[in-house]
Amino acid sequence: MTVSAFIMPLIAVGVFGWGLYKKVDIFEAFTEGAAENLKTAAGLLPTLCFLMLGVGMLRASGGTEALCLALAPLCQSAGFPPECLPLALLRPVSGSGALSILEGILKEKGPDSFAGRVASVLMGSTETTFYTIAVYFGAAGIEKSRRALLAALAGDVTAFLLSALAVRIFLG
Amino acid sequence: MIGYLLFFMILAATIFSMSAQNMPDLSNAVIAAGSDAVSLCLSLAGAMAVWGGIMKVAERSGLTEKLTRALRPIIGIIFRGIDKNSPALGAIAMNLAANLLGLGNAATPLGIEAMKLLKREENSETATRNMAMLAVMNCCSAEIIPTTVAAMRASCGSAAPMEILPCVAAVSVCSLAAAMLTAEALYIGRKK
Repeated sequence: MTVSAFIMPLIAVGVFGWGLYKKVDIFEAFTEGAAENLKTAAGLLPTLCFLMLGVGMLRASGGTEALCLALAPLCQSAGFPPECLPLALLRPVSGSGALSILEGILKEKGPDSFAGRVASVLMGSTETTFYTIAVYFGAAGIEKSRRALLAALAGDVTAFLLSALAVRIFLG
Repeated sequence: MIGYLLFFMILAATIFSMSAQNMPDLSNAVIAAGSDAVSLCLSLAGAMAVWGGIMKVAERSGLTEKLTRALRPIIGIIFRGIDKNSPALGAIAMNLAANLLGLGNAATPLGIEAMKLLKREENSETATRNMAMLAVMNCCSAEIIPTTVAAMRASCGSAAPMEILPCVAAVSVCSLAAAMLTAEALYIGRKK
């Protein structure tokens, strides 16, 4: 069991307990908050539909794999394992897709191989950037988010470049 | 921006699929996209509703205010020009706390709430510097303990599933710094 397994339940107990101590009608407050967020979630759906259309089509066409094949020589010269390129490309757009690629690399190359370690670090230190940006700005009704996307992608590129380096430094 | 990007993705997929002659797969993907989005939205909606409820209780009982006060020094450095009593600061603090604790599912609804409040506070239809910072921090906020990855490594027979921890921490900090500096640079000379 990990520490993180305790956090969620303890937060729930703590917040409700404190609310009752402070004489808050916790049932009324909870349902009000839940209703607000359900409305927000429903508002997200149109954005998600378009996003999933783009991501789903790109994956189904096999275009991502072809792109990886084309970029493989470039990777090699940067010291980045080419096996991890599909992961690096898919990571910003699809969390579940990236997870399935990670599993493939770990099974094929072994979790303690160089490629396996780099893939693990890459997965652990990055987020689904496009999804996050689309969801955050979509829900708030913000239209122009170009700069935020560029900045977040700069972070992703940094993570890609450093993941292989970090594995070399820390795990030899 | 996102419109052009998505169009490019769809166009590239179609052209590639034509040359690879796997149009039926692509056609299925078009039909599946909507239902994928709905199932993703439903699973997200449940978590969002529960956290919205918990956070409303936290707000009414004054817990949010306490947390905001504790995180104020950090938030004050990153987010500028926001009124001290603004509810946006409270939401950002909660979002930050959830991220630090590695509660991704809790962080999303809190971050969305924070984004909406920032929009109201700064009265802008386009992304401001503060909004960009909030989004960037959520894009780069990796878990302190990457449990999913470690679990997958263990199930694949790794001798030391957690050995990647120092690497993940170092890479996360560097990429967050790079992203925040980029955001800062892109908003130089702008009012907000």
